[in-house]
Amino acid sequence: MAILLDEKTKILVQGFTGSIGTFHAQEMIEYGSKVVGGVTPGKGGESHLNRPVFNSMKEAVEQTGATASIVFVPPPFAADSIMEAADAGIRFCVTVTDGIPAQDMIKVKRYMRRYRKEERMVLTGPNCAGTISPGKSMMGIMPGHIYMPGNIGIIGRSGTLGYEAASQMKEIGIGVSTSVGIGGDVINGSSFKDHLEFFEEDPETKAIIMIGEIGGPQEVDAALWAKDNLSKPLIGYIAGLTAPKGRRMGHAGAIINTVGEGAAEKVEVLKECGVTVVPHPSAFAEVVQKVIS
Amino acid sequence: MNIHEYQAKEILSEYGVSIPVGYLAYSPEQASYRATEIGGEGWLVKAQIHSGARGKAGGIKFCSSEDEVCQAANDLLGAKLVTHQTGEGGKVCHRLYIEAACNIAKEIYLAFVLDRSKECITVVVSAEGGMDIEQLAVEKPEAIIRVEVETAVGIQPFQTREIAFALGLEKAQITQMSQLLTGCYKAMTDWDASMLEINPLAVTAGGSLQALDAKMQFDENALFRHSRISELRDKSQEEPREMRASDRGLSYVGLDGAIGCIINGAGLAMATMDMIKYAGGEPANFLDIGGGASPERTAKAFNLVLSDDNVKVVLVNIFAGINRCDWVAEGVVMAMKKIDMKAPLIVRLSGTNVEKGRKIIEESNLPIILADTLAEAAEKAVSEWKKITQAA
Repeated sequence: MAILLDEKTKILVQGFTGSIGTFHAQEMIEYGSKVVGGVTPGKGGESHLNRPVFNSMKEAVEQTGATASIVFVPPPFAADSIMEAADAGIRFCVTVTDGIPAQDMIKVKRYMRRYRKEERMVLTGPNCAGTISPGKSMMGIMPGHIYMPGNIGIIGRSGTLGYEAASQMKEIGIGVSTSVGIGGDVINGSSFKDHLEFFEEDPETKAIIMIGEIGGPQEVDAALWAKDNLSKPLIGYIAGLTAPKGRRMGHAGAIINTVGEGAAEKVEVLKECGVTVVPHPSAFAEVVQKVIS
Repeated sequence: MNIHEYQAKEILSEYGVSIPVGYLAYSPEQASYRATEIGGEGWLVKAQIHSGARGKAGGIKFCSSEDEVCQAANDLLGAKLVTHQTGEGGKVCHRLYIEAACNIAKEIYLAFVLDRSKECITVVVSAEGGMDIEQLAVEKPEAIIRVEVETAVGIQPFQTREIAFALGLEKAQITQMSQLLTGCYKAMTDWDASMLEINPLAVTAGGSLQALDAKMQFDENALFRHSRISELRDKSQEEPREMRASDRGLSYVGLDGAIGCIINGAGLAMATMDMIKYAGGEPANFLDIGGGASPERTAKAFNLVLSDDNVKVVLVNIFAGINRCDWVAEGVVMAMKKIDMKAPLIVRLSGTNVEKGRKIIEESNLPIILADTLAEAAEKAVSEWKKITQAA
């Protein structure tokens, strides 16, 4: 099973013919992801990477039957592309683009509420590395070979820190069912809690790692939800114990503005909710090992 | 991105927010001339620095004569002001805002924030103006009113009335307050502000509402569509190293430790800093060199980190994905040869082509200490740092 995507998922690439879109679409195809085409307005009818290019998402979905899309569109136009995907009936959208204005994302989130929850597109990102169901399909910019197929679900904000966790696990033979990047922005498409709900329903996933960081309420919200609703073991890590208040640590959303947004405070809530906390970032694999055995 | 009080006031006044008469001054003479222009009997000389809590730091002075204005300006210009927001380094004042003092009957706290939990803009108000809002949130949370704005329609008259009545304003001020709130919301959305704060918003003795202070922060991701806001940037208020880094597309935050960090990815960078702390050391900086750790970027990163005199050891931690370890290793070797580094260097590579990368570093014959894991890298960095401090 896995969540969100598998080997059958038909994928469209938005911003297909640009240099970044082209490079990563190629990597995805090589991994085995079912990329069925892409959209670049004005280039409809052309062929790119041996796949059709369409002018609009609606047309692309009609012609290919795609249910997923990945967005590599530059920041000024990315919000529009996400809404276009939602409107075309896409079920799962990964937005890799870094630098989308927060108020654009607020509008996107508001727009998506026009669809009933069961028909609403699941959006991950922006500013994320993507999602991978190892051995099945990859939608993102991650190096696919560091993930081994298996039973651990990963949800993380950061790209490279997620890679660190996955490769530590691979080293000792622990695999991943699906790894979801939710991105480092202030307003993101979906939260840790949203994906915990999906993993709870996935029979293949035995335990979940949540890799969070300073800033925002989502790690705490997820832990509070998990306490009463999650039957599977939850392992957590919060980056940024040494981050000073009020300073932005690379990610737009990695900033401690108010009470409760610091790493130590989040760790405390996680522990109170029964989450197994990874003490330092070199211990992902050993903690997971301990929890599942 | 932060701007100064006078800049925020200029923007807000375009949206119908009433402010006391005020002008900018760059010298004591200009300051006293501005006071004469403004007229009246009392003025405030306000240091324009990017920080709140300026009053407590002596950055706002009340004056009742032109001579006093001149003296206050003389004291403040070039002075370094330290507040709880600036850190120990403080911020130097290069501009003054001279403003007419007014008689205050009541002080209100007003802010518009980007609400991460509700994913909308939320208005935060309190009748307890002039106080630090975080302190108020702890001591008297019931005194804070929060109103969420529905993005699709913007702030509505019933909401602005609700706020005005909750603040106990008099009839004459209800309309004023409604107009002010509507204007602020529009300013916030028109310019992609991430925060707007008026503290205090005064009800004057004459019954009018005036913004006595104003603070606005802007979403850096939206600056591409607001050249007016980009032009308001005041580089004198930024830490020089952080400014140089951001001008070169690197994300850097200076800290107090001795172990310099060069890492790709914000999350991994924070995690590496935490690992250093866990191993008994202190990181000197946060630095994310981004996904494509090209040799040029790596060299720039070394120069940046080493320009901090506190740095005694450097730790490089790169998780190579699409950019392979051999390529990253070549960049590190090239940078090392170019800059003649004295500080011990610990390098930890992982990801694609890790063996090739290690081989390039080993065969370079440079004094680079390799580490396999994140923990090992941090431990080696801390032990090198201890060797240096014990020798000194």
